[in-house]
Formats: sequence, C-alpha cells, structure tokens
Amino acid sequence: MESSQGRQAIIIGIFVLIPVIFLSKLFSIQVINSDYKKLAKNNVIREVTVYPSRGLIYDRNGKLMVYNEAAYDIMVTPGKVSKDLDLEALSNILEVEKEEIEKGLQKAKRYSRYKPSVLIKQISARTYANFQEHLHKYSGFYVRKRTVRRYPIEAGSNLLGYIGEVNDRQIKASNKYYQPGDYIGITGIENEYETFLRGKRGKKYLMVDVHGREQGVFEDDGEESKIPIGGKNITSTIDILLQEYGETLMQNKKGSIVAIEPSTGEILALVSSPSYDPNILSGRDKGDHYKALIQDTLIPLYNRPIMAQYSPGSVFKTVMGLIGLEEGVITQNSIYYSKGAYYTSGLRVGDHAPAGNYNVSRAIQLSSNAYFCYLLDKILNQKKYESVESAFEKWKTYLDQFGMGQKLGIDIPNEVKGLTPTTEYYNKVYGKGAWKAPTIISLSIGQGELLTTPLQIANMMAAFANRGYFKTPHLVKNIEDNDSILSQFRQTHSIDIQSKNFDIVIDAMEEVVERGTARIARLDSIKICGKTGTVENPHGADHSVFACFAPKENPQIAIAVIVENAGYGATWAAPIASFMIEKYLTNKITRRRKWLEDRVLNANLLNVAYEKE
Amino acid sequence: MRRSNPFKEIDWITVLIYLMLAVTGWLTIYSAAYSEDYPSIFEYSQSYGKQFIWIVISLLIATGILFIDSKLYITFSYLIYGISIGLLILVLLIGKKVAGSTSWFELGPIRIQPSEFAKFGATLALAKFISTFNVNIAKSLKDRLIVLAIIFTPTALIILQGDTGSALVFTALMIAAYREAWPAYQLALALAIAIISVIALLVDKFILIGSLFALTAIFIYYLRKNKQAIYFAVIGFIVASAFAFSIDYAFNNVLKPYQRERVNVLLGKKVDPYGAAYNVNQSKIAIGSGGFSGKGFMNGTQTKFNFVPEQSTDFIFCTIGEEQGFIGSLFVLGLFTALLLRIVFIAERQRQQYSRIYAYGVAGIIFIHITINIGMTIGLAPVIGIPCPLMSYGGSSMFGFTILLFILLKLDADRKEFLAS
Repeated sequence: MESSQGRQAIIIGIFVLIPVIFLSKLFSIQVINSDYKKLAKNNVIREVTVYPSRGLIYDRNGKLMVYNEAAYDIMVTPGKVSKDLDLEALSNILEVEKEEIEKGLQKAKRYSRYKPSVLIKQISARTYANFQEHLHKYSGFYVRKRTVRRYPIEAGSNLLGYIGEVNDRQIKASNKYYQPGDYIGITGIENEYETFLRGKRGKKYLMVDVHGREQGVFEDDGEESKIPIGGKNITSTIDILLQEYGETLMQNKKGSIVAIEPSTGEILALVSSPSYDPNILSGRDKGDHYKALIQDTLIPLYNRPIMAQYSPGSVFKTVMGLIGLEEGVITQNSIYYSKGAYYTSGLRVGDHAPAGNYNVSRAIQLSSNAYFCYLLDKILNQKKYESVESAFEKWKTYLDQFGMGQKLGIDIPNEVKGLTPTTEYYNKVYGKGAWKAPTIISLSIGQGELLTTPLQIANMMAAFANRGYFKTPHLVKNIEDNDSILSQFRQTHSIDIQSKNFDIVIDAMEEVVERGTARIARLDSIKICGKTGTVENPHGADHSVFACFAPKENPQIAIAVIVENAGYGATWAAPIASFMIEKYLTNKITRRRKWLEDRVLNANLLNVAYEKE
Repeated sequence: MRRSNPFKEIDWITVLIYLMLAVTGWLTIYSAAYSEDYPSIFEYSQSYGKQFIWIVISLLIATGILFIDSKLYITFSYLIYGISIGLLILVLLIGKKVAGSTSWFELGPIRIQPSEFAKFGATLALAKFISTFNVNIAKSLKDRLIVLAIIFTPTALIILQGDTGSALVFTALMIAAYREAWPAYQLALALAIAIISVIALLVDKFILIGSLFALTAIFIYYLRKNKQAIYFAVIGFIVASAFAFSIDYAFNNVLKPYQRERVNVLLGKKVDPYGAAYNVNQSKIAIGSGGFSGKGFMNGTQTKFNFVPEQSTDFIFCTIGEEQGFIGSLFVLGLFTALLLRIVFIAERQRQQYSRIYAYGVAGIIFIHITINIGMTIGLAPVIGIPCPLMSYGGSSMFGFTILLFILLKLDADRKEFLAS
C-alpha cells in the first residue's frame, strides 16, 4: 500500500496532467495550426459583389425616362441548407411556385455545394422585407441586392432597348470583363451605350452570423473592398412626351413615326407600333413576357423606324423635282402636258392627278405620276451624259447624298440600309445597254426597286428643312462627363443641290398642305411643308405615308409617318404628322381639330382587308 | 465556542482565485452575449447583468456561510444529503423539462437545479461517513459498498432525470476515496474497464478479442511456470471478452441516439460537419482562430455571430480562446490548476479527516467539470452539457460552486479548533 503522500502526489499529478494536455492541444490548434483561422474566416466572411447602379436616361427636357428600382435575388449555398427545409413555407413567403424553388435548388447543387448561387431572381422589395423576417429559419439562404430598370412613362421601349444578364458567349467575348449575373444592354440605347451606362462593379466583405444574416463590413488588411462606380447618366434627344403622344396616335396601327430636329439631327420621337410597356421586360417575369412578345404576330419587338423598309412612294417625288431642277432639265416654269397617265413604249403608268399642264410645283402639289415619269426620262436621256447608265449614276449620287440605300448611322443597333438599285444590278438583270428609262420608270414615283426606312424618309425631310444638308440622326444628346463620343453627330452631310432649287420644291410642298393632297394636315398657326405618299405594297393594302417639316421658315421638326396597310397618305399619315407637329411646337391640339384627333386615336387599322385599287 | 472575526482565518488566496474566475466569466459572458440595445454590463434583462447579480448573491451566500458554525455541516451532513436525495426524487415527479432533462424546479421566475446541491450533499455525506470512527474503506468491503451507495444514489437519480453530464460528476468523488486509502488496484481496474470500453467502441469487437487472446497467449507463454498466473490470465481474458460484448450491447441499446452520436463523433468514427460534430467543430474553429494573443475583447466573430452554441454557458471557454487566444486559455487553465492545487494544499493541512475528505471531494468535482467542459470545447472530451465552474452563465451553478468552496474555506478557517482525528 502506498503512503498518503504518494496518493497525494498522484492526485496532484492528475490535476496538473490534464491542464497540461489541454494546453498542448490548445497550443497546437491556436498557435501551430493556422487552418482554424481560415475556417473561421470562411464562416463569417461573405464576399459580396456590389453592383453599380446603371446610368439613368433622361429625355431632352430632363424628364426621367429610365431609372433603377431595387430588386432582390435570393441566394443559396446548398451545403448549408437544412435537410428538413420546409419548401411549402418558403414558397409561400417568396410567392414563388414550389417547383421553381426545387428546380433552382437542384441547379444550385449541380453548380456547387459550397458556393452560393442565385435561387430566385428579382423579388420585390415587399416580398424581400417579408423574407428577411424569416431568414433566420433558412440557413444557407441570403439576399443580394440588385436593381431592375423602371420606366415612369411607358414609351420608347424599342429605342431604349432592354437589359439582361450576360450569357457565356458575351462573357467570353468581353475577355472576362463581365461575370455571370452582370447585366448587359441587349438592344437600343442600353446596348449602344453599354460601356457608359454599366459602371464598374464593386466588392465588399461582409460578416455574417450563423444564420447568414449580415452583421456589418469586415475590416481587415487582407481583403480590400472596392466601391462600385455608378454608370454615366445619359440625356437622350427624345422628347418623351412627344414620343408617348406619337405612340398613342399610333395605337392599333402598324407603322412608324420618326421626328427629327433638322438643325441638329436629334431624333425627337422614334415611334414603332405596335409597341409594348418597357416595364414588362424588366424584373421577375421578363422571361414570360419576352416569350409572349416574340410570339406576337404583330412583332412588337421589331423596331420598324430603322428596320422596316418600304418603297418611298410619292414622297420621293420631292427629291425627283430637286434633281430635275439641279440637273437643269427643267426650270420652275417648264410645262409638261399630262394626259392623265404616262405612256411610253407600250407601257402605261396610271395617275390620280387629272390631265392638264403641269410645272414641277403643281406636279408635286397634285402628286402627278405622269410628270415624274416624264422627268426621270428627261434626266436619264440628257445629252451631257454619254449613256443612260452614266446619267443614272449621276441621279443615284443625289440619292446617296440624301442617305438613301445606306445606313445613316443612328446610335442604336439593327439599322437596315434600304435599297437604291445600282447600274451593276440593272446590267445583270437586263444586260448592259439593254435597259433604258422606260425599263426603270417606276423609280420616278418612288416605287420599283427603291426601298427606304422611315428614318431615311425623315432624314430626307430634315435635309429639305435645312435646304441642302443633314446631320446624322441620333438618339443621345449628352453623356455625363463625356463629350467627344458624340462629335460624329455634329458633322454636316451636304447635298450638292442649290438652296434656290430647294426653295422651289419647298414652296410646292407648302402648297401640298395648303391646297394640295394634304389639306387635312393644315394648321392655322404653323406652315407645314410636306408630301403625301400612298405606297404600293405587294403584300396587302397600300401604306399611308406622309413626310414633312415645319415651320417652313426656321424649321424645328421634320417628320416621316408610315401607317401600314392604311390606304391614302392623306387619310392617316398626314393628320398624325400634323398632330405631332402641333403637339411639339404648341404643346396642345386646337379645339377645331379635336374631332380629327379622336378619329385617329380611335382608328383600328390592324386588320384592314386586302384591297387594291 | 470562540467568537472571532470569521474573515480572519480565511484562505484569501482561494478567495482571490475565486473572484478572478467569477469576474473573468462575467466579462466573457458580456462579450459573448453583448447586445447593442443594452450596452451596460449591469443590464438586468441581459445574461451579463443577471450574472452580475448571481455573483453578488454568491458573495452574500459566501459571507453567510462564513458566519455559520462549521460544526453544523458536520453534524447535519447526513440530513443535508437526505434532503438533496429527496429533492432529486421530487424533481423527477414535479420537475420542469428543459432541453430533454427533467432537472429543474420552477418557483415563479426562479429555476433551481437540485443536482447542484446534491453534489454538495454527497460530498458532505462522503466526508462524514469515511471520517466516522471504525470505518475503514481500505479493508472493509461493506464500508466501500456504503461509499459507493452514497456516491451512486444521486448519480442514478440524476441519470433518471436524463442529465448524464451532471451524473458523471459524482464519480469524481472517488478521488477523495482514493486519497483515503481505497485500494488502488480496484480503481486501476475500473479505469482499465473504462479504457477497454472506449477501445471496444472504437474497433471491431472480434479484432479486440483477437488481440486480447494474443496478449493472453503471450502472457501465458512467459508465465507458464506459474499456474496461478495462467489461471488469472484465462479468467481475465474471458471477463474482458464478455465485457467487450456487453459494452457493444449497452452502447447500442442503453444510450440515447444523440449520446451515441456524440460518442461516435468524439471517437472520430463519424464525420458530419453539420450534424453532431458541428458544435465541436465550430468550437475548435473559434478557439483555434484566436491564435496566440486572440482577436481581442468583444471581437470574436465565431462566438459573436452564434457559430458556437451555448457560448455563455457550456461553451464559454470558446469565447476566451477566440478573443484572448492562447494567452487567455493559459490564464484560465492556470487559475483552475492553481485553485485545485490550493485546495489540495488546504486539504493536507487539515487536522480532522472530515475536512480533508470534503476538500478532496470539492477538488474532484471542480476537476471533473473543468476536464469535461474545457475538454469538449477542444474535442478532447465528449459533448456533455456541464458548466465551467464559476465562469459559465447561470445562478444554480454559481451558487453551487460558491457553497462548495466556502464551506471548505470555513472548515479550513476553523481547522485549529478541531482535534486531529
């Protein structure tokens, strides 16, 4: 048997041994092993991408067109989600179908068990507030703040465009500038001015508690937070109220309105109809809405003012008149007798204008087909050119100078060129030297192979208003802190036609409205110079076209209006153009014309039966 | 009896260590449970404010104890023990269920855990019995059985409550019995059984029995001339094998699923970071991330953001480890070791056996609390919910340890009045 001292010593030994074991273990995990520090950090630190707020877009009068509204993405780290997650309750709180959550969870799991991924995108602030209260019950979930684009005035959807999350191809193309989840402008101004609007992503390190709730910013030398840099605000050339009014006038009609400020090339309105509420392509239900828009037979996503091409029709007669005067084949006083139709080598071109004597002014005023057929024939058969082919080349250079048959260079994507036929084309079709003026005589009245976009017609009117030049039509007036990018829009594109010739044609265009085919567009206070068009169209009823500018002296606005399948230019396009002018210049519609406005607003021209004269 | 200043003969070193531990605990609770809405450390609605009150009440209790004649405890040892046993039975009948165990009385806003007082009662009874004239646990089997009865009656009752952790504490009283000449080989045997149990759970029982068989064979080969040794070896082998089987059985049929889980995790048989091992793992991360000098007072992220559970009660050591680092851990473990050694020192200077036994009992109880509580936070002991003495949040625990300690200090203060036994 041991002594008492022996036992006492053993007890003391045990009392000392255990703390010593503990201290060695503590020394090992606290001082020697550094893994625990990393683990602790991983526990509490969440790297959060701070998305910059995208640049706002204002209209030319400083009215807000596009802003950002907070939306919230629900993020999930599958490895941290409790096994007995109540999907039913979560589905109720988030107001999202259970199946969608389940699918999202599966997808997140496939991506990574330990890295967070987006479960539900862009829930509203209200739903978010509700979820936040319950967040402690859902370990592995957290909320990421995003924004969605909002449009206080539901207009201009096609010109503004929409944004969406970058896809893999775009990420690759950007040299990894973009990261999954970033927004990118897909169409319209959003796309064209992406580099200015997007801003720069930031990063911050947040501390989170065991439930994933944020507990403040982590401060450490190791991890540097970066403050996001907001996108640049953009001021558009659009007058959003005019745009909205134009869209209202065009409701239940297919077609376009393009309004340009002639002196600057600034586009005041770019109406594509039918359109859609821009708000629906932003936020949670974007996918569904997009699908519906794609399937809509009226193709609302088709930006008609720059993508649709039509024969210019009678509107083109104004250009023909100018060319005739400039080429010297006619003067203001040259008279041509029309038999009420144009006859040449077995060909007859019909005419709405009566038989009689015409000078160029009267021909424009009454839109005589015969006169312009005659005129084209005269232009192409001038003695000063060795052949019809070279005369045609000369004729075509005027069209080129007006910007026809080429992209004007508007600052949104998808603009089409239109078409001005070339000598090569005719040589190929008819053989060199085998085509003469009668072969291509329909060009004289804006039919035949000629194709123009509504934008090109409006631009043509701007050139008329300026008496011989235009500036590239554009949609952006100003970018915050950046001026040079827009210098291309200050360049002047001149047309080699003397202004006195313009004056002759412009006087005739004034008569069109005062006493000619477009009397319906006449305003008491403002002198409008315009030209109607009724464009033949192989697919259905004629398109109603009107192009004009106003006021005659010191023009403020040039407009092209095309209403598809709506018949005579004077019936629909001319009144619509006049209302746009009246609204823009006087900001009201005179009472005398209210009945006409109502008639336009109430007209449904979407399903006009096929009718041809 | 002499009337003297009760504070005069007090062992101030122990009191100092006691106060340092209590204050360290209080500050740690403040750091762990800090709420920005209630910045004051005295805020009564928060755990730190309450702990302050528990400490103040404890000091009043301590003072009271010092004014009570120590002979009283000796005289009424059995009575106090009897009352605490009665309370343990009563709590089984009318107690309140908290976290799976029925170990609390609820009296209005106050909750009392009678197992805390049973520790003190059992220690008194043990001291009283062993120090009784003619009792000899070294020689008398009957006396040893009585000692076991004193210790394991409350243990059994507490196990019935479902509070395995507190029950385990009572085995620590065997340290006092060992000091009073309980045959060492028996305790060694018990320890061996415990070790075999752990191994039995760790490895396949057939491998274990195979190894035991091999050991026995070697043993017999070397001692082949000693018939009696062979006889003992064979008996030992049979007993050990049977034991290994029964452990396996007991493990699978007696322990509750969560206890099995915890044992499995402790033995490293199961890895599941979000399951049973989660707490231990997070606790180790907290302590490990503290480094040498810690993240600083109130700067612990693991504990503050609730990655560690029960951080002001059972896992309070985590906060120390994380915020004060190895230095802080060393400080706290140093204080506890100093307290244990001081108690041993006090025990050995007693003239009467009663006081010595009582002292060793107190040391044993504090020792096992520290071992399990701190051991579990660093993964060296199973996760058994028992508090860290004098530091964990909670009135019952604070009062319990205060009473245990200050009765010892009172006995010590009065030691000169006793005759050596």
